[in-house]
Amino acid sequence: MAHSGINVLFEGTNFTRLLGGLWVTVKIAAVALILGLILGIVLGVLRTFKSRLLRLVLRLYLEFFRIVPTVVLLFLFYYILPKQMNFNLPADQLATLVFALWVGAEMSDIVRGALISVPKHQRESGLAIGLNRYQLYRYVLIPQAITLEIPATINLATRVIKTTSLLMLISVMDVINIGQQIIEANNHTHPTGVFWVYGLIFLFYFLIDYPLSWWAKRLEKRRLARANG
Amino acid sequence: MNSWAIIQQSLPMFEKGFVLTLWLSFIGIIGSIIVGLICSLLQYFKIPILHQIATVYVEISRNTPLLIQLFFLYYAFPVIGIKFGAQLCGIIGLIFLGGSYMAEGFTGGFNGVSKGQLESGKAIGLSQWQLARYVVFPQGFSLSVPAMAANIIFLIKETSIFTVIAIPELTNTALDLIGMYYRSNEYLFVLVVAYAIILIPLSIILTLLEKRVRYGSFGN
Amino acid sequence: MADKILQVAHLEKYYQKRHVLYDINFSVDKGEVVTLLGPSGSGKSTLIRCLNGLEPYQNGTITFEEETVTPTEKNWQQIRQKIGMVFQSYDLFPNLTVIDNILLGPTKVQKQSKDAARAEAVKLLKRVGLEDYADSYPRMLSGGQKQRIAIVRALALHPDFMLFDEVTASLDPEMVRGVLNIIKDLANTDNMTMIVVTHEMNFAQEIADRVLFLENGKILEQTPSKQFFEKPQTDRAQEFLDSMDF
Repeated sequence: MAHSGINVLFEGTNFTRLLGGLWVTVKIAAVALILGLILGIVLGVLRTFKSRLLRLVLRLYLEFFRIVPTVVLLFLFYYILPKQMNFNLPADQLATLVFALWVGAEMSDIVRGALISVPKHQRESGLAIGLNRYQLYRYVLIPQAITLEIPATINLATRVIKTTSLLMLISVMDVINIGQQIIEANNHTHPTGVFWVYGLIFLFYFLIDYPLSWWAKRLEKRRLARANG
Repeated sequence: MNSWAIIQQSLPMFEKGFVLTLWLSFIGIIGSIIVGLICSLLQYFKIPILHQIATVYVEISRNTPLLIQLFFLYYAFPVIGIKFGAQLCGIIGLIFLGGSYMAEGFTGGFNGVSKGQLESGKAIGLSQWQLARYVVFPQGFSLSVPAMAANIIFLIKETSIFTVIAIPELTNTALDLIGMYYRSNEYLFVLVVAYAIILIPLSIILTLLEKRVRYGSFGN
Repeated sequence: MADKILQVAHLEKYYQKRHVLYDINFSVDKGEVVTLLGPSGSGKSTLIRCLNGLEPYQNGTITFEEETVTPTEKNWQQIRQKIGMVFQSYDLFPNLTVIDNILLGPTKVQKQSKDAARAEAVKLLKRVGLEDYADSYPRMLSGGQKQRIAIVRALALHPDFMLFDEVTASLDPEMVRGVLNIIKDLANTDNMTMIVVTHEMNFAQEIADRVLFLENGKILEQTPSKQFFEKPQTDRAQEFLDSMDF
């Protein structure tokens, strides 16, 4: 029974098609991450500035992206951008944009948290030797904050990768969407194909995310060990 | 029809979705806490075999997306003769996912108890069990509260993914209405407001709780 | 000859590949006060922590009250009830009140009755002048008060032997005296056997019967206190005393 379904994976170009879908998934995640990291670092630094208005606006931005589930964010942009702003993007670019804005929001909080946890006397020593604000961030605060940020950033990356599973909802031809097409096309000949196709996609996600979260955990452990002497 | 009329008309349906979202979240969160607690205890006490099983489960669960977990439960399991209704699938999926997040939260709390605390406990002759009971667990649970709070919010948001197996929770309700009447602005507005009504007060309460617990056990 | 309460023979300790204690040999008589002195990083804290099993050691034996310790966690758990230890960072349990911190050992480990243990705890609190704080939480106390409670917590188990690991090192200067006086009182009034790691040279001189001087994980000399502070046997110890402005 079930073992016959495994053939679905290797029939015709099925396997390469799935890999192609996976590539779309990974590409969207990677581009969104890079854009989001840049945005998040800028916003995170801005959030440590004194201006109350600026901090309030950025805080609201963060909270909006925190409170609205990602599925809903995708649909908000999917329906509202073209209709209200006459701004038409292909679904994959739209998804990249949404993810980047979301990563930017989350990242801004990670960056801010890391920056404010650099001890106050570090900031004061920097100012005492006459560094200007740019130099203070560039040479003192950001380098020290980075070691704190890295595990959280990697964890964010794993979340983004998992969240790409939602791409199919706005009809991006990602690995899950292609999987569904393959399942439907082969449903008559291989009714158990669904088990193998979803199983393979499950495995794909695991194989990408597991090493990342393992790495994040190891870095975090090492950081804690160092902090405890 | 103007927007307010559209919104007003849709409210009874959203209300049903709202209640369902709350209900499924509630069951899912309780279940996740139970599963997470069991796993973290198995890992803490290093119960042979079971703790390895718990570790494998935690890694699989937290490194795969809920959507695929749900597809697997809902579409693939019937092929091998295991069949659940959509809502039950949703709950099982949410607990499967949330259990690992909660386990990590508890474990993080237990590991966060300082070495000095463990040594003082040992120095007065506490056994491993007594050390866990009087030192590690009480402090570890307080330390894990922030992670628990984040997980609770996260799991509630994850219920939006239930829409892919057509559970009529909030997101599904909105998408259905959009499909029928094409008034996306109005329905998405109600949807966002509905999540805000659940999540804003909850995150405020959880933040207060965090502060309180923090003060209660560590005084700063 | 006096009873030997503790004997350490050929003790060696490694952290992974780093050799931190070399062939440590010494003994402590009942009622004796031994201070461990030496520059920081010399292995004093590591050594004192080996003595109640908080640090595993790779070679050698520890004999406590005539019995050679089989270094398993279970054994140490038994022995630790007779060895009180106080740490630099006090480490009271923040989730318990002062009195519950003190009662945890006697009631849960030694299964004493709650009433008897409480009466004893209150007596000890009075002795350190903190009887009014029984129901406070540690966070309401100053460092010096916390450290006095930590000493009471150790004493409540009726130990035969006390280890003090730099107990005044994290305290504000004005708190130090009170804590040291309690330790001195223990030595003089109770005739408590103890090993004290400290950087307070005056205190060490006042309290110690004998000094063990450690450097780079080796015991360079074991000298009666009076002689050590007047004229130590080794040049290294003399340099150390000079560097401490003593």
